[in-house]
Amino acid sequence: MDAIMTSPVSLSRPAVQRSFWRRHEKTLAPAMFLSPALFAFLLFVVWPILSSVWISFHEWDGLGPKIFIGLDNYRELFSDDKFYVALVNNIKWLILYLLAPVGGLIIALFLNQQMPGMRLIKALFFFPFVISQVVVGVIFSWFYDPNFGLLNVVLNAVGLPSIAPLGDEHMVTYAIIVAGLWPQIAYCMILYLTGLNNVNPELIEAARMDGCKGFPMFWNIILPQLRPATFIAVVVTVIGALRSFDLVAIMTNGGPYDSSTVLGYFMYEQAIFAYRMGYGAAIATVLFLIMDIYIAFFLVSMLRKEAE
Amino acid sequence: MSKFLRFATTAFFAVSLSTTALAGTLVINSDQSDPAPRKGMEALIEKFKKENPDIDVKLNVFDKESYKTSIRTWLSGESPDVVYWYAGERMKFFVDRKLFEDVSDVWAANKGAEAMPSTVGSVTVDGKQYGVPYTYYNWGIYYRKDLFEKAGIQQPPKTWAEFLDACAKLKASGVAPIVIGSKALWPTAGWFDYLNLRVNGMDYHMKLMAGQVPYTDKGVKDVFDKWAELIRPGYFIENHASYTWQESQPLFYQGKGAMYLIGNFITPEFPADVRDKMDFFQFPKIADQPMYEDAPTDTVHIPARAKNKVDAKKFLAFYMRPDVQTELNSVLRQIPTNKDAKPSDDRFLQAGYKMLSAAAGTAQFYDRDTDPSLAQEGMKAFQEFMIIPDRGDEILTRLEARRKQVFKQ
Repeated sequence: MDAIMTSPVSLSRPAVQRSFWRRHEKTLAPAMFLSPALFAFLLFVVWPILSSVWISFHEWDGLGPKIFIGLDNYRELFSDDKFYVALVNNIKWLILYLLAPVGGLIIALFLNQQMPGMRLIKALFFFPFVISQVVVGVIFSWFYDPNFGLLNVVLNAVGLPSIAPLGDEHMVTYAIIVAGLWPQIAYCMILYLTGLNNVNPELIEAARMDGCKGFPMFWNIILPQLRPATFIAVVVTVIGALRSFDLVAIMTNGGPYDSSTVLGYFMYEQAIFAYRMGYGAAIATVLFLIMDIYIAFFLVSMLRKEAE
Repeated sequence: MSKFLRFATTAFFAVSLSTTALAGTLVINSDQSDPAPRKGMEALIEKFKKENPDIDVKLNVFDKESYKTSIRTWLSGESPDVVYWYAGERMKFFVDRKLFEDVSDVWAANKGAEAMPSTVGSVTVDGKQYGVPYTYYNWGIYYRKDLFEKAGIQQPPKTWAEFLDACAKLKASGVAPIVIGSKALWPTAGWFDYLNLRVNGMDYHMKLMAGQVPYTDKGVKDVFDKWAELIRPGYFIENHASYTWQESQPLFYQGKGAMYLIGNFITPEFPADVRDKMDFFQFPKIADQPMYEDAPTDTVHIPARAKNKVDAKKFLAFYMRPDVQTELNSVLRQIPTNKDAKPSDDRFLQAGYKMLSAAAGTAQFYDRDTDPSLAQEGMKAFQEFMIIPDRGDEILTRLEARRKQVFKQ
């Protein structure tokens, strides 16, 4: 566009021949600035996605020849009990992880007051988000250990029997989600604390004059103003739940007998440990499509909001 | 620590370390990462260097579990010159894909078949040798003599009935009869192997490993029935799915559990204060079958893509020598494959050595004898069965579906 506008100008002054760069500066510069990122995006994101979709149509052990088998991997996947175990676990993650924004909000409201030493307390609450997921996983594994874990010490102290959350197929996924919620709540709390800083005090003052207080005050006046924070907290949490992998890998390796596996871990295990690259790629593709649904929903709602 | 962590770190080092071998450089990748074996290996490599001053040896040591996955990358890409690996089906997997070098000439030149008669079969495919076995070890039931005495058990059980009786007495005396840690799955396979060998014998076991017998076969169901006789009365420790084999050991040493079916590699781990209370017995007889044993064999191989095969063959020949194997196995506390090498005088080792010498035949181990991807599913199935024995039939049906898929060619 700019190039078209500038070219007549240069024609009108043929004596001063402007360089190619000068004439196309406004189109070339952005292209050049974008190109490294675009190149990296194509190489590290788009190409791997396409190639794993391609691999998912093959049977391949990672070493031998690739055998094209069409949709067989997908057919097998949809009749594989383990796939549904992983899918259901992912849904459990998704639903229970939404406790993180709620918990974060409650803690943020509680911590949002002027008091000496409050900074330190806030830092302590934020602490779990700073440590690595690997460390979180290891700490919780110890916490749950049926032999020396703190959990059973507490349970026994109040007269309850010992449990082994990571060795029981009914408890294991919830036990891992609890570990995941610990840092996730801290993260949401920080988002809400920043959000609370931006709440307009005049609105609160006005509401108070109209006799509003307590829960109605929170629900009608404060929460709507926290909408941007809520939005980000939910988005980050949902993505975190869908790509849950590290805690499962560290705490249980998907066990006992796959009962705590999630799609991400199932894929990793099939590809790396069962040497079925094609099947692993098929799982990856399905997970990718599930994420796409969410991302599409996210984009639509964002665009709609911008249109308002 | 978890499989994932180990895999991630090794994959990283594998890429950065395993590359580039110049002429005269011998790159060796080893999975002997435990402190004692590692030291022993390093001492031997010093010895090799002294004997071959012109060869510059480069040793890379990796964690055992992640080594199993990263070796595939090395063999198909930039290969080291020597890799540590396992005999049997595990080796054949790479031989079939033409990733291991034929080293029959090294065997011929060093009269290997005469020196290592018991293990030559485990590295032979179609009459050719593809590696050198340097050590093997026995499996068996390690137990606490003091707890047996306390429970009133006169001598270690020899038959299944005696074994069940011992379990009942131990349980009545307030200790868990059998310790196991099934979190990393493989200890469960020891039980399956032994029950299958004792109930159905070696031929049946090897056919099952080769995918020629369905898992829904009556023989396998019989094995599960025998296994259930231990699971249902609660003879295994509680919550075994929460522990790896390392994490389960303290229960054994603290006297909370009395027996552990495991490889001889547990014996160096015995703490000094309970070492004298430990002893060992052969897995009891069940059906009318000769006494077969699990005896996993560890090997060294030359990758087909290795750059310095000449020196690598020197190294393999070095590993065949009786003096080298004597030294190596005294550190590993395992049994040398060369019959002229001396096994150490450790009492556990001597007992194991005696047992293996009298064995009617040996298997490698479940996850070394069968297809790797089926092994993973199989061991998960065993873990599930050990927690919920009522699902036996359902578990075997599922495993059978997997077997059909893996062995469909």
